[in-house]
Amino acid sequence: MSEYAHPEVLVSTDWVAEHAADARVRLVEVDVDTNAYDEGHIPGAVAWDWQSELCDPVRRDIVSRDAFERLMSQSGIGNDTTIVIYGDNNNWFAAWAFWQMKIYGHRDVRLMNGGRQKWLREGRDLTLDVSPVEPCPYRAAEPDFSTRAWLADVLKASASGSAALIDVRSPAEFTGEILAPPGLPETCQRGGHIPGARVVPWETAANEDGTFRSADELRAVYGSQGVDGSRPAIAYCRIGERSSHTWFALKYLLGYQDVRNYDGSWTEWGNLVGAPVERGLATAGARS
Amino acid sequence: MRVEEFSERSLRLSGWEVHLTTYRLGTIWHCKADNVSPGAALARTSGASREEAEARAIERAEHMLARTKRHVV
Repeated sequence: MSEYAHPEVLVSTDWVAEHAADARVRLVEVDVDTNAYDEGHIPGAVAWDWQSELCDPVRRDIVSRDAFERLMSQSGIGNDTTIVIYGDNNNWFAAWAFWQMKIYGHRDVRLMNGGRQKWLREGRDLTLDVSPVEPCPYRAAEPDFSTRAWLADVLKASASGSAALIDVRSPAEFTGEILAPPGLPETCQRGGHIPGARVVPWETAANEDGTFRSADELRAVYGSQGVDGSRPAIAYCRIGERSSHTWFALKYLLGYQDVRNYDGSWTEWGNLVGAPVERGLATAGARS
Repeated sequence: MRVEEFSERSLRLSGWEVHLTTYRLGTIWHCKADNVSPGAALARTSGASREEAEARAIERAEHMLARTKRHVV
Protein backbone atom coordinates (compact mmCIF):
# COMPACT_ATOMS: atom_id res chain seq x y z
CA MET A 1 0.00 0.00 0.00
CA SER A 2 1.45 3.38 -0.98
CA GLU A 3 1.73 6.37 1.34
CA TYR A 4 -0.02 9.67 0.91
CA ALA A 5 2.11 12.17 -0.98
CA HIS A 6 2.01 14.59 1.96
CA PRO A 7 1.07 12.56 5.06
CA GLU A 8 2.09 15.46 7.31
CA VAL A 9 -1.10 17.40 6.47
CA LEU A 10 -3.36 14.84 8.11
CA VAL A 11 -3.44 14.05 11.83
CA SER A 12 -5.47 11.47 13.71
CA THR A 13 -7.83 12.09 16.61
CA ASP A 14 -5.27 10.35 18.82
CA TRP A 15 -2.62 12.86 17.71
CA VAL A 16 -4.96 15.74 18.52
CA ALA A 17 -5.76 14.32 21.96
CA GLU A 18 -2.03 14.15 22.68
CA HIS A 19 -1.12 17.59 21.31
CA ALA A 20 -4.18 19.74 22.04
CA ALA A 21 -2.43 21.47 24.93
CA ASP A 22 0.83 22.02 23.04
CA ALA A 23 1.52 25.76 22.91
CA ARG A 24 2.82 25.45 19.33
CA VAL A 25 -0.43 23.89 18.16
CA ARG A 26 -3.70 25.76 17.62
CA LEU A 27 -6.89 23.78 17.09
CA VAL A 28 -9.55 25.45 14.98
CA GLU A 29 -13.12 24.23 14.48
CA VAL A 30 -14.80 25.29 11.23
CA ASP A 31 -18.33 23.99 10.75
CA VAL A 32 -21.02 24.21 8.12
CA ASP A 33 -23.37 24.86 11.02
CA THR A 34 -21.61 27.41 13.15
CA ASN A 35 -23.69 26.50 16.22
CA ALA A 36 -21.88 23.19 16.53
CA TYR A 37 -18.91 24.72 18.34
CA ASP A 38 -21.17 26.23 21.01
CA GLU A 39 -22.65 22.81 21.77
CA GLY A 40 -19.23 21.58 22.77
CA HIS A 41 -15.79 21.57 21.17
CA ILE A 42 -12.35 20.07 21.65
CA PRO A 43 -10.70 21.73 24.66
CA GLY A 44 -8.51 24.61 23.56
CA ALA A 45 -10.06 24.97 20.10
CA VAL A 46 -11.11 28.30 18.69
CA ALA A 47 -13.92 28.66 16.14
CA TRP A 48 -14.00 30.35 12.77
CA ASP A 49 -17.29 31.23 11.15
CA TRP A 50 -16.99 30.49 7.44
CA GLN A 51 -19.78 32.92 6.59
CA SER A 52 -18.36 35.95 8.36
CA GLU A 53 -14.66 35.22 8.89
CA LEU A 54 -13.59 33.19 5.87
CA CYS A 55 -15.45 35.23 3.27
CA ASP A 56 -15.42 38.83 2.18
CA PRO A 57 -18.43 40.39 3.95
CA VAL A 58 -19.53 42.45 0.95
CA ARG A 59 -18.61 40.94 -2.41
CA ARG A 60 -18.55 37.21 -3.10
CA ASP A 61 -14.92 36.31 -2.48
CA ILE A 62 -12.58 34.65 -0.04
CA VAL A 63 -11.34 36.58 2.97
CA SER A 64 -9.00 39.48 2.16
CA ARG A 65 -5.35 39.38 3.14
CA ASP A 66 -5.85 42.06 5.83
CA ALA A 67 -8.83 40.29 7.33
CA PHE A 68 -6.98 36.98 7.18
CA GLU A 69 -4.05 38.46 9.11
CA ARG A 70 -6.43 39.84 11.74
CA LEU A 71 -8.17 36.49 12.08
CA MET A 72 -4.86 34.68 12.57
CA SER A 73 -3.66 37.24 15.07
CA GLN A 74 -6.89 37.16 17.09
CA SER A 75 -6.74 33.36 17.07
CA GLY A 76 -3.31 33.40 18.68
CA ILE A 77 -1.70 32.07 15.53
CA GLY A 78 1.80 33.08 14.52
CA ASN A 79 3.52 32.24 11.27
CA ASP A 80 5.21 29.24 12.91
CA THR A 81 2.10 27.85 14.59
CA THR A 82 0.93 24.37 13.68
CA ILE A 83 -2.75 24.71 12.86
CA VAL A 84 -5.05 21.71 13.05
CA ILE A 85 -8.47 22.30 11.55
CA TYR A 86 -11.50 20.09 12.05
CA GLY A 87 -15.20 20.45 11.51
CA ASP A 88 -18.55 18.84 10.89
CA ASN A 89 -19.76 17.29 7.64
CA ASN A 90 -16.51 15.39 7.10
CA ASN A 91 -14.38 18.52 7.28
CA TRP A 92 -16.03 20.32 4.33
CA PHE A 93 -15.41 23.81 5.64
CA ALA A 94 -12.29 22.72 7.46
CA ALA A 95 -10.91 21.86 4.02
CA TRP A 96 -12.18 25.19 2.71
CA ALA A 97 -10.23 26.93 5.50
CA PHE A 98 -7.17 24.79 4.73
CA TRP A 99 -7.39 25.87 1.07
CA GLN A 100 -7.44 29.55 2.06
CA MET A 101 -4.56 29.09 4.50
CA LYS A 102 -2.47 27.72 1.64
CA ILE A 103 -3.49 30.64 -0.60
CA TYR A 104 -2.09 32.96 2.08
CA GLY A 105 1.02 30.86 2.53
CA HIS A 106 0.67 29.32 5.99
CA ARG A 107 3.33 26.62 6.16
CA ASP A 108 2.07 24.12 8.71
CA VAL A 109 -1.66 23.50 8.51
CA ARG A 110 -3.28 20.09 8.91
CA LEU A 111 -6.71 18.48 8.97
CA MET A 112 -7.91 16.18 11.74
CA ASN A 113 -8.82 13.02 9.84
CA GLY A 114 -12.51 12.19 10.25
CA GLY A 115 -13.44 15.58 11.62
CA ARG A 116 -15.81 16.40 14.45
CA GLN A 117 -17.98 13.32 13.90
CA LYS A 118 -15.09 10.93 14.50
CA TRP A 119 -14.18 12.74 17.71
CA LEU A 120 -17.78 12.41 18.92
CA ARG A 121 -18.03 8.79 17.84
CA GLU A 122 -14.96 7.96 19.90
CA GLY A 123 -16.55 9.42 23.04
CA ARG A 124 -13.81 11.96 23.59
CA ASP A 125 -13.82 15.11 25.70
CA LEU A 126 -15.69 18.24 24.73
CA THR A 127 -15.93 21.51 26.58
CA LEU A 128 -18.20 24.53 26.57
CA ASP A 129 -15.37 26.76 27.80
CA VAL A 130 -13.77 29.20 25.42
CA SER A 131 -10.08 29.44 26.22
CA PRO A 132 -8.60 32.94 26.36
CA VAL A 133 -6.37 33.70 23.39
CA GLU A 134 -3.34 35.95 23.44
CA PRO A 135 -3.21 37.80 20.08
CA CYS A 136 0.11 37.63 18.29
CA PRO A 137 1.64 39.16 15.17
CA TYR A 138 0.90 37.46 11.86
CA ARG A 139 2.08 38.30 8.37
CA ALA A 140 0.33 36.62 5.43
CA ALA A 141 2.04 36.05 2.11
CA GLU A 142 0.81 37.58 -1.11
CA PRO A 143 -2.09 35.38 -2.19
CA ASP A 144 -1.10 32.45 -4.37
CA PHE A 145 -4.05 31.77 -6.63
CA SER A 146 -2.48 28.84 -8.43
CA THR A 147 -4.91 26.57 -6.57
CA ARG A 148 -7.97 28.62 -7.45
CA ALA A 149 -9.95 28.29 -10.67
CA TRP A 150 -11.80 31.31 -11.98
CA LEU A 151 -14.74 31.36 -14.33
CA ALA A 152 -12.50 32.01 -17.35
CA ASP A 153 -10.42 28.94 -16.50
CA VAL A 154 -13.50 26.77 -16.29
CA LEU A 155 -15.02 28.11 -19.50
CA LYS A 156 -11.77 27.23 -21.24
CA ALA A 157 -11.58 23.79 -19.65
CA SER A 158 -15.15 23.02 -20.63
CA ALA A 159 -14.69 24.16 -24.20
CA SER A 160 -11.26 22.72 -24.90
CA GLY A 161 -10.68 19.97 -22.35
CA SER A 162 -7.59 21.78 -21.07
CA ALA A 163 -8.33 20.47 -17.58
CA ALA A 164 -10.38 17.61 -16.17
CA LEU A 165 -13.56 18.96 -14.59
CA ILE A 166 -14.72 17.10 -11.50
CA ASP A 167 -18.22 17.72 -10.21
CA VAL A 168 -18.22 16.52 -6.60
CA ARG A 169 -21.92 17.14 -5.87
CA SER A 170 -24.44 14.34 -5.51
CA PRO A 171 -25.63 12.60 -8.71
CA ALA A 172 -29.07 14.22 -8.30
CA GLU A 173 -27.50 17.67 -8.33
CA PHE A 174 -25.28 16.71 -11.26
CA THR A 175 -28.17 15.58 -13.40
CA GLY A 176 -30.29 18.62 -12.57
CA GLU A 177 -32.98 16.65 -10.72
CA ILE A 178 -32.45 18.94 -7.73
CA LEU A 179 -30.90 22.41 -7.63
CA ALA A 180 -29.42 22.17 -4.15
CA PRO A 181 -28.79 19.47 -1.54
CA PRO A 182 -32.12 18.15 -0.22
CA GLY A 183 -33.60 20.57 2.30
CA LEU A 184 -31.34 23.49 1.45
CA PRO A 185 -32.36 26.62 -0.46
CA GLU A 186 -32.04 26.60 -4.22
CA THR A 187 -29.27 29.03 -5.04
CA CYS A 188 -29.18 28.74 -8.81
CA GLN A 189 -31.48 29.39 -11.73
CA ARG A 190 -30.61 26.26 -13.68
CA GLY A 191 -29.79 22.69 -12.74
CA GLY A 192 -27.31 20.35 -14.35
CA HIS A 193 -23.56 20.42 -14.74
CA ILE A 194 -20.73 22.02 -16.67
CA PRO A 195 -20.32 20.32 -20.04
CA GLY A 196 -17.41 17.93 -19.96
CA ALA A 197 -17.51 17.40 -16.20
CA ARG A 198 -17.45 13.95 -14.62
CA VAL A 199 -19.41 13.31 -11.44
CA VAL A 200 -17.24 12.03 -8.60
CA PRO A 201 -19.16 12.83 -5.38
CA TRP A 202 -16.97 14.16 -2.58
CA GLU A 203 -17.77 11.19 -0.33
CA THR A 204 -16.01 8.94 -2.79
CA ALA A 205 -12.85 10.10 -1.04
CA ALA A 206 -14.08 9.08 2.43
CA ASN A 207 -14.37 5.88 4.42
CA GLU A 208 -17.49 5.06 6.45
CA ASP A 209 -15.96 6.74 9.51
CA GLY A 210 -15.26 9.94 7.62
CA THR A 211 -11.51 9.45 7.33
CA PHE A 212 -9.88 9.67 3.91
CA ARG A 213 -9.53 6.50 1.89
CA SER A 214 -6.08 5.10 1.24
CA ALA A 215 -3.84 6.56 -1.45
CA ASP A 216 -4.30 3.45 -3.60
CA GLU A 217 -8.09 3.66 -3.33
CA LEU A 218 -8.13 7.38 -4.11
CA ARG A 219 -5.85 6.87 -7.09
CA ALA A 220 -8.15 4.15 -8.45
CA VAL A 221 -11.33 6.18 -7.93
CA TYR A 222 -10.12 9.35 -9.60
CA GLY A 223 -8.03 7.56 -12.19
CA SER A 224 -11.12 5.76 -13.45
CA GLN A 225 -12.58 9.18 -14.22
CA GLY A 226 -9.55 10.44 -16.11
CA VAL A 227 -8.01 12.28 -13.17
CA ASP A 228 -4.55 10.81 -12.72
CA GLY A 229 -2.26 13.82 -12.31
CA SER A 230 -1.13 13.78 -15.92
CA ARG A 231 -3.07 16.95 -16.72
CA PRO A 232 -4.66 19.79 -14.74
CA ALA A 233 -7.84 19.18 -12.79
CA ILE A 234 -10.53 21.51 -11.49
CA ALA A 235 -13.00 20.48 -8.78
CA TYR A 236 -16.30 22.22 -8.19
CA CYS A 237 -19.51 21.75 -6.22
CA ARG A 238 -22.20 24.28 -5.26
CA ILE A 239 -20.27 26.91 -3.27
CA GLY A 240 -16.75 25.51 -3.13
CA GLU A 241 -16.54 23.74 0.21
CA ARG A 242 -17.20 20.13 -0.84
CA SER A 243 -14.79 20.67 -3.72
CA SER A 244 -12.16 21.84 -1.20
CA HIS A 245 -12.39 18.35 0.32
CA THR A 246 -11.72 16.74 -3.08
CA TRP A 247 -9.04 19.33 -3.89
CA PHE A 248 -7.28 18.39 -0.63
CA ALA A 249 -7.37 14.69 -1.51
CA LEU A 250 -5.99 15.23 -5.00
CA LYS A 251 -3.43 17.90 -4.16
CA TYR A 252 -2.09 16.70 -0.82
CA LEU A 253 -2.96 13.04 -0.46
CA LEU A 254 -2.21 12.06 -4.05
CA GLY A 255 0.24 14.88 -4.71
CA TYR A 256 -1.14 15.91 -8.10
CA GLN A 257 0.53 19.18 -9.03
CA ASP A 258 -2.06 21.21 -10.89
CA VAL A 259 -5.35 20.88 -9.02
CA ARG A 260 -7.59 23.87 -8.53
CA ASN A 261 -10.75 24.56 -6.60
CA TYR A 262 -13.46 26.44 -8.50
CA ASP A 263 -15.09 28.20 -5.56
CA GLY A 264 -17.51 30.03 -7.83
CA SER A 265 -18.91 26.55 -8.44
CA TRP A 266 -22.50 25.88 -9.46
CA THR A 267 -23.88 29.00 -7.77
CA GLU A 268 -21.84 30.98 -10.28
CA TRP A 269 -22.18 28.75 -13.34
CA GLY A 270 -25.86 27.91 -12.80
CA ASN A 271 -26.77 31.59 -12.62
CA LEU A 272 -24.62 32.74 -15.52
CA VAL A 273 -26.56 34.06 -18.51
CA GLY A 274 -25.66 32.09 -21.59
CA ALA A 275 -23.43 29.51 -19.90
CA PRO A 276 -23.65 26.06 -21.50
CA VAL A 277 -25.33 23.48 -19.27
CA GLU A 278 -25.60 19.74 -19.61
CA ARG A 279 -28.35 17.79 -17.89
CA GLY A 280 -28.72 14.13 -17.09
CA LEU A 281 -25.91 11.65 -16.71
CA ALA A 282 -24.81 11.87 -20.36
CA THR A 283 -21.06 12.05 -20.65
CA ALA A 284 -20.90 12.54 -24.39
CA GLY A 285 -19.13 15.82 -23.81
CA ALA A 286 -16.77 14.46 -21.19
CA ARG A 287 -13.15 14.66 -22.13
CA SER A 288 -10.52 12.47 -20.60
CA MET B 1 -17.16 16.37 29.70
CA ARG B 2 -17.14 13.21 27.69
CA VAL B 3 -19.42 12.47 24.79
CA GLU B 4 -21.71 9.70 26.02
CA GLU B 5 -24.42 7.43 24.63
CA PHE B 6 -23.45 8.30 21.07
CA SER B 7 -25.66 6.74 18.43
CA GLU B 8 -26.31 7.03 14.71
CA ARG B 9 -29.23 5.81 12.63
CA SER B 10 -30.85 6.38 9.27
CA LEU B 11 -34.47 6.99 8.38
CA ARG B 12 -36.51 8.31 5.45
CA LEU B 13 -38.24 11.66 5.68
CA SER B 14 -40.27 13.19 2.87
CA GLY B 15 -38.74 10.71 0.46
CA TRP B 16 -35.12 11.44 1.40
CA GLU B 17 -32.70 9.41 3.45
CA VAL B 18 -31.69 11.20 6.65
CA HIS B 19 -28.89 10.39 9.06
CA LEU B 20 -29.40 11.15 12.76
CA THR B 21 -26.49 11.54 15.16
CA THR B 22 -27.39 11.76 18.85
CA TYR B 23 -25.28 12.00 21.98
CA ARG B 24 -25.34 13.27 25.54
CA LEU B 25 -23.02 15.86 26.96
CA GLY B 26 -23.56 16.24 30.70
CA THR B 27 -27.32 16.47 31.14
CA ILE B 28 -28.07 17.77 27.66
CA TRP B 29 -28.86 15.60 24.66
CA HIS B 30 -27.82 16.83 21.22
CA CYS B 31 -29.07 15.64 17.85
CA LYS B 32 -28.00 16.46 14.32
CA ALA B 33 -29.88 15.48 11.18
CA ASP B 34 -28.10 15.46 7.85
CA ASN B 35 -29.28 14.54 4.39
CA VAL B 36 -26.84 11.64 3.78
CA SER B 37 -26.20 12.54 0.15
CA PRO B 38 -24.55 14.95 0.01
CA GLY B 39 -24.34 15.03 3.81
CA ALA B 40 -25.33 18.61 4.58
CA ALA B 41 -26.67 19.44 8.03
CA LEU B 42 -30.42 19.97 8.13
CA ALA B 43 -31.05 20.45 11.83
CA ARG B 44 -29.13 20.64 15.06
CA THR B 45 -31.24 20.40 18.20
CA SER B 46 -30.95 19.68 21.90
CA GLY B 47 -33.26 18.48 24.65
CA ALA B 48 -33.53 16.93 28.08
CA SER B 49 -33.80 13.43 26.64
CA ARG B 50 -32.77 11.52 23.53
CA GLU B 51 -36.39 11.37 22.42
CA GLU B 52 -36.89 15.11 22.80
CA ALA B 53 -33.72 16.08 20.92
CA GLU B 54 -34.41 13.61 18.10
CA ALA B 55 -38.08 14.58 17.77
CA ARG B 56 -37.09 18.22 17.31
CA ALA B 57 -34.45 17.36 14.73
CA ILE B 58 -36.82 15.11 12.81
CA GLU B 59 -39.56 17.74 12.77
CA ARG B 60 -37.20 20.44 11.52
CA ALA B 61 -35.55 18.19 8.94
CA GLU B 62 -38.92 17.01 7.63
CA HIS B 63 -40.07 20.60 7.25
CA MET B 64 -36.94 21.52 5.26
CA LEU B 65 -36.96 18.42 3.09
CA ALA B 66 -40.61 18.86 2.17
CA ARG B 67 -39.64 22.04 0.32
CA THR B 68 -37.19 20.26 -1.98
CA LYS B 69 -38.40 20.20 -5.58
CA ARG B 70 -37.50 17.38 -7.93
CA HIS B 71 -37.17 18.49 -11.52
CA VAL B 72 -37.75 16.30 -14.54
CA VAL B 73 -34.45 15.64 -16.27
